[in-house]
Amino acid sequence: MFTILKKQELAPSVKLFVVQAPLIARKCQPGQFVILRIDEDGERIPLTIADFDRAAGTITLIFQEVGHTTRQLGRLSAGDALLDLAGPLGKATHIEKFGTVVCVGGGIGVAPVYPIARAYKEAGNKVISIIGARNADLLILEQEMATISDVLYITTDDGSKGRKGLVIDPLKEMLAAGEKIDLVMAIGPVIMMKSVAEVTRPYGVHTIVSLNPIMVDGTGMCGGCRVSVGNKNKFACVDGPEFNAHEVDFDGLMARQKMYHSYERREHRCGGDCSCHR
Amino acid sequence: MSSIKHKMPEQQPEIRRRNFDEVALGYDDTTAKAEASRCLQCKTAPCRQGCPVGINIPAFIKHIREGDFTAAIDEIKTKNNLPAICGRVCPQEDQCEKFCVVGKKGEPVGIGRLERFAADYARARGRKQKVILPPEPLGKVAVIGAGPAGLSAAGDLARMGYKVTVFEALHAPGGVLMYGIPEFRLPKEIVRQEIEELKELGVEIVVNAVIGKTFTIDELLTEEGFDAVFIGTGAGLPHFMDIPGENLNGVYSANEFLTRVNLMKAYKFPEAGTPVHAGKRVAVVGAGNVAMDAARTALRLGAENVYIVYRRSEEEMPARAEEIEHAKEEGVEFRLLTNPVRIIGDERGWVKGLECIRMELGEPDESGRRKPVPIANSNFVLDVDTVIMAIGQGPNPLIQQTTPGLAVNKRGNITTDETGRTSKEGVFAGGDIVTGAATVIQAMGAGKKAAAAIHEYVQNKRKGARNSQ
Ligand SMILES: Cc1cc2nc3c(=O)[nH]c(=O)nc-3n(C[C@H](O)[C@H](O)[C@H](O)COP(=O)(O)OP(=O)(O)OC[C@H]3O[C@@H](n4cnc5c(N)ncnc54)[C@H](O)[C@@H]3O)c2cc1C
Ligand SMILES: Cc1cc2nc3c(=O)[nH]c(=O)nc-3n(C[C@H](O)[C@H](O)[C@H](O)COP(=O)(O)OP(=O)(O)OC[C@H]3O[C@@H](n4cnc5c(N)ncnc54)[C@H](O)[C@@H]3O)c2cc1C
Ligand code: SF4
Ligand code: SF4
Ligand code: FES
Repeated sequence: MFTILKKQELAPSVKLFVVQAPLIARKCQPGQFVILRIDEDGERIPLTIADFDRAAGTITLIFQEVGHTTRQLGRLSAGDALLDLAGPLGKATHIEKFGTVVCVGGGIGVAPVYPIARAYKEAGNKVISIIGARNADLLILEQEMATISDVLYITTDDGSKGRKGLVIDPLKEMLAAGEKIDLVMAIGPVIMMKSVAEVTRPYGVHTIVSLNPIMVDGTGMCGGCRVSVGNKNKFACVDGPEFNAHEVDFDGLMARQKMYHSYERREHRCGGDCSCHR
Repeated sequence: MSSIKHKMPEQQPEIRRRNFDEVALGYDDTTAKAEASRCLQCKTAPCRQGCPVGINIPAFIKHIREGDFTAAIDEIKTKNNLPAICGRVCPQEDQCEKFCVVGKKGEPVGIGRLERFAADYARARGRKQKVILPPEPLGKVAVIGAGPAGLSAAGDLARMGYKVTVFEALHAPGGVLMYGIPEFRLPKEIVRQEIEELKELGVEIVVNAVIGKTFTIDELLTEEGFDAVFIGTGAGLPHFMDIPGENLNGVYSANEFLTRVNLMKAYKFPEAGTPVHAGKRVAVVGAGNVAMDAARTALRLGAENVYIVYRRSEEEMPARAEEIEHAKEEGVEFRLLTNPVRIIGDERGWVKGLECIRMELGEPDESGRRKPVPIANSNFVLDVDTVIMAIGQGPNPLIQQTTPGLAVNKRGNITTDETGRTSKEGVFAGGDIVTGAATVIQAMGAGKKAAAAIHEYVQNKRKGARNSQ
């Protein structure tokens, strides 16, 4: 059993857990994830390791309540335990000194971006971060990102915090102004990652995204997480989750993420009209 | 004496095709004794050469004939750690029963059915073996993968007196027995019970431990202090056909489809959290045991039409005859000499058809089977909403990628000598990870062989260490 030591609400329906998981904390690297199961009838879901403390033997998970399992997770409290936690899974982010790295995090995507951005910074890069959300309430990890970034841009859809607009706006401007960018790392909703890829493509700036297809085992056994990258099928759980953004079939990924929409709806008493499905 | 095997009672096809309960119901005492009487107790026991773990078949059958069922199971258990499982899923017709002399003139003795009977008899009475373990363990061995290969290596080593830790990537031990083979052929409760028995021997099972990630093999040997490692990670990497449309919604690997249903209990959705899309009209591509399992599972989830799509003919189908028979009885339709060329999707990205081409058999190929060749302009569309690919599995590369010095062949299978020794000192391997997808009992046989080799290796190493002191 993996005990939840601390629970914190970062934004409405966005929660942070610090979980006791010494074997995972010992080994994990930025960019990796875990697969968890809450209880005996539970589903296996992947969550990124948003932070870790090797000495304390803990990892941090940050999740958004979007459906059945994440909402059930949100109802747990400090002192409760998860039945299963496997990891660290996936390939770690390749960290080295590239020069200037732009880290883009949208919505819940800021959580996985944070440890990666921090590692880039520690490796001696200039880190320019752009984080965004629909509105000020939903923005997470602003303080943490500010601490490890040389420059931090904030955007919100409604302008309630930072600039009004999308996370790609500052990126577009930097590229248009001829700023030298060696690498872009973007994590967030698929549609956001797709637009980042389109923004950087004409400039030939190497761009990495971390994909979040539906997963079952997370060990390369089921093929459910397959995504087309460079016209070849890759298993995101073992070949990824990070891939070259300019080669990813984002439309295919988006379609596959909807595979169980009608099923997930059926289980809700509201018939699927609740906010979690919009 | 009857020239045919005593029939095992079964659930009727029209009932069982809609439930997940076990299809075959097993012998009762009288039938078991009667079947046991068909055995001629041959001195040379040719049947034994067909059993990869070398069970003394006439000896246990004799005990059954005499009504001493506990003696029968004790005899079996000296060689086989998981008899209730083997009695159910061994392809006996290709193994022990193939060599049975009674089979020359009629049907062979129902060795598998008798093994199952003895195992079930003991399970029902909670009978356990007694093992006396040495006070000081002989050494510490790590086993990677809790499938049949790993579990049988673990059982043998524990009985010899080793401290054994099994590391399993998934949340439940059992390997394919748990996530692949369906409940209606192998009830999961049986797998759990047989694993419980191993735990009582002192075997520790650590689930959620992905070796290559949570620990590497080198770490197990150095930092964690294991004397030797056995790799039994199976053939878990699903193959796809590389045809257009394979990423549409409604296309599964058999592994994913079966895992959702067996391991994750998707047939109980929404009480169980994991959904599965079974569809109304399902095409399963391939004709091995995996394909039959997927097809029969789809029926049980409520599909109206289930097709097996296979590019060769009935004769070449690799599945067990019994499974093909069961599938037919339940209403699975066979589209043979038919090969998929494209999966057709609708505007929402879901499967709406499988375009196939008809095949005919040409010259024999390197496998000796006649090679299927497409018939020009014979394309047609099979009206389906789900496609399940059951065309084979390869080795999962996680361990190979993270273990320097471990030799693999060009398909990625770990290479070993006949005792299971790999190119890396202290590291042994067996089962599907070495042979490619094979059978439960072959994997167990490999686990047993490796256990013996590990014992020899560890004892030599310890002797060497003592002598050099
Ligand atoms: C490698 C990886 C890392 C991830 N890291 C995080 C993280 O750090 N924090 C976080 O909040 N989420 C993360 N996710 C997404 C998270 O796994 C899903 O939100 C979760 O599985 C949804 O489960 P549910 O039962 O709550 O929702 P469901 O009821 O299953 O689904 C609700 C909605 O979410 C969609 N959905 C289901 N699975 C996914 C998925 N994997 N990705 C995107 N949408 C999905 C469904 O189509 C549906 O619209 C990650 C996913 C992957 C693959
Ligand atoms: C659907 C299906 C039906 C079948 N039907 C039959 C049948 O009727 N009769 C028969 O004899 N055979 C059958 N087989 C074949 C048989 O199941 C296999 O040959 C056998 O299970 C192989 O055993 P194994 O121990 O080598 O591997 P597996 O059973 O595959 O077990 C390997 C285990 O290792 C774990 N693992 C993998 N990588 C790691 C890692 N890095 N770290 C930790 N753990 C890891 C896996 O999660 C798994 O639990 C069937 C196979 C399938 C898929
Ligand atoms: S284990 Fe399999 S091969 Fe051996 S005797 Fe039993 S059924 Fe036959
Ligand atoms: S070959 Fe057949 S008849 Fe002879 S001992 Fe074996 S099971 Fe009995
Ligand atoms: S989640 Fe099953 S292969 Fe990636």
